[in-house]
Amino acid sequence: MTGSLNLWLIPLVPFAGFLVNGLIGRKLPKAFATAVALIATLIPFLHVVKIWFQFPSLTVPYVESLGTWIWTGNFHADFALQLDQLTMIMLLVVTGVGFLIHIYSVGYMAHEEGYWRFFAYLNLFMFFMLTLVLSENFLLMFVGWEGVGLASYLLIGFYFLRDSAVNAGKKAFVVNRIGDFGFLLAMFLLVAHFGTLSFSEVFAQVSQHPEWQGGFLTAIALFLVLGATGKSAQIPLYTWLPDAMEGPTPVSALIHAATMVTAGVYMVARTHIIFDRSPLALSTVAIIGAATAFFAATVGMVQTDIKRVLAYSTVSQLGYMFLACGVAAYSSAIFHLITHAFFKGLLFLAAGSVIHALGGEQDMRVMGGLRKKIPITFWTMTAAVFAISGIPPFAGFFSKDEILYQAFISGGLGRILWFVGLVTAGLTSFYMFRLWYLTFTGESRANEIEEHGAAVHARSDSKLVVEAEHAHGVHESPWVMLLPLILLAILATTGGFLGVPSAMGGHDEIGHFLEPLLGSGAHAAGGESSGLALSLAAVSVLVALTGLFAAHILYKAKPELPHKLATQLRALYALLLNKYWVDQIYGALIVTPLLLVSRYLLKGLIDRGVIDGAGFAAGATAQGFGAIVQRVQSGNIRSYAGWLALGAAVLLIVSYFGFTAHF
Amino acid sequence: MVPTSYYLVLSAILFTIGVAAFLIKRNIITVFMSIELMLNAVNLSFVAFAHQWHQVNGQIFVFFVMVVAAAEAAVGLAIIIAIFRTRNTLNVDEIDLMKL
Repeated sequence: MTGSLNLWLIPLVPFAGFLVNGLIGRKLPKAFATAVALIATLIPFLHVVKIWFQFPSLTVPYVESLGTWIWTGNFHADFALQLDQLTMIMLLVVTGVGFLIHIYSVGYMAHEEGYWRFFAYLNLFMFFMLTLVLSENFLLMFVGWEGVGLASYLLIGFYFLRDSAVNAGKKAFVVNRIGDFGFLLAMFLLVAHFGTLSFSEVFAQVSQHPEWQGGFLTAIALFLVLGATGKSAQIPLYTWLPDAMEGPTPVSALIHAATMVTAGVYMVARTHIIFDRSPLALSTVAIIGAATAFFAATVGMVQTDIKRVLAYSTVSQLGYMFLACGVAAYSSAIFHLITHAFFKGLLFLAAGSVIHALGGEQDMRVMGGLRKKIPITFWTMTAAVFAISGIPPFAGFFSKDEILYQAFISGGLGRILWFVGLVTAGLTSFYMFRLWYLTFTGESRANEIEEHGAAVHARSDSKLVVEAEHAHGVHESPWVMLLPLILLAILATTGGFLGVPSAMGGHDEIGHFLEPLLGSGAHAAGGESSGLALSLAAVSVLVALTGLFAAHILYKAKPELPHKLATQLRALYALLLNKYWVDQIYGALIVTPLLLVSRYLLKGLIDRGVIDGAGFAAGATAQGFGAIVQRVQSGNIRSYAGWLALGAAVLLIVSYFGFTAHF
Repeated sequence: MVPTSYYLVLSAILFTIGVAAFLIKRNIITVFMSIELMLNAVNLSFVAFAHQWHQVNGQIFVFFVMVVAAAEAAVGLAIIIAIFRTRNTLNVDEIDLMKL
């Protein structure tokens, strides 16, 4: 392979788009701003596709250094980009799904204020996300890591006139900062132990020392996990993601479902050489993943805001990916990351289409009967619901089943994790079909708004006014929005065939593609019988169908039943509806004490008392001294002359007696 | 032949009178005249030393001092006239515009 791949083009073209739209977008005609944003995303996508075709003839990892960044003493870090199998897949997902969502946004945001600003932020996000996946060292990855956090903050708070959106943005930023702190500590430890932050050098050193087990590697891994839980919304730092739904729906699809939140999974897979040496860190990841998956799925079952259901579903699915990483099945995690990007991106875009059709309504209790009115949205959403529920042959089935299989055969703890994952799969199927039934089937409950309007809206989280849409009537979205939906529906339906396990007669292309980098899964080499794989798959399909069936009974056959259940199991229902009061607990345990300490101790005592006090004291001293000394400068010439004469006389006396002292 | 020390004592007396007058007098013109007195006292000691050491440098210095004193007198008197026109007084104690 000769010649450069010009990897730098991939992140920098969106950055150029950001600069154009961000600096002069306000003055540009709308069509021009649209063209800039789309081209700035299309070029990287085409470039990535071109590289994909060259990929078999490349020697990986291919590293492209753009120059030295930091060089101090023995430590140096480059602006270095690298391409290997993992990066290749991430690039395809990010640019491909990203481009589709850009197209969708053209329709979705068409009537919004600050159209140019939205696209500028989206392009900025693409720049940082591509930097993150392309970087060859931890430091550059951290730049991307922080940058996507910034873009996420800007986009969550896009409707900055709305208080809740601004607060959600701040919350996301602050919670992410806690995770970033973990990432920083991990980097400090890496520098202290390895003297470098380059991926290849760190991993080479680890590989050369098979005797390094646990110890400081565990510490590094656990700090990296803290970083990953922040970005990927895992327990204990997941609380920002549901609130992040305040952002426009395309943002939820791109950043908070398909790409940014998977950065933590990507990071764990990227640094798996460190994790492989630390069973403790791996178990932590697996337990965090399984716990988050189950926990978020239970909360998702009772939410009424369509986007919040999807948000908890995202948290839950990310938990699956963590679970896969935790049982060292990194390629399964990446496989699920890909299919999840397809079906969850699609779910959000379809939900956006529903919201668009209803003119901003997000409360599922007032939806219903939309199947006939928005058929294309309905069919694409159906594909996504089947995919996420794990019904074969849709994409989610293969990837989720792969994760559960890997968890099961890892033995010991893995059996428990498998069971949790299985139950979660049932819950997932239940809440997704609940959403599906509530939104699309039955009769429209929109007329109930008039009766219970005030009550419903007092409780609902949706911020937009319902009245506006009834003037327009329910309408299917424009083609510019439907096209990405259809393309993603195709991907969500067929994406699973990328990785059909050999037990089901497939070739597991993803697994083999990633094998040189990530290994073939710690346990796959064990030669487990395909019978086990098939029976496990059968069990999970059965569980998924059970969830479907339960949703059918509750929300189709006997629509009065959910209300009865909710009253009978009031305590449990309240627990789930209030998301286990985690926000309140965090508020009471962490936020309030922190605020009190800041307000009274730091602001009142330290800032006002010590720091301001020191300043005031210094000022007062200088003023007092000046008040005394200024009397000397009277403006009276004769007093000046007197001082002059006095000084001269003193000099004379000193010099005279000074001389005589020597004699 | 008058000894040099006589000239120096005379010079010191004249200089001291100048300093005293400078400090005591309130009329700005008198103050000005006392400056001239101090300058000429110094001139006297220059000339005396030049005579004692038979060197012409001291004499030349005196010419310089005279030139500077003439220029100073011109500028100083102009300033005094300007002050008198605006403030109607020549009392230095009342001319304290530069006070804080």
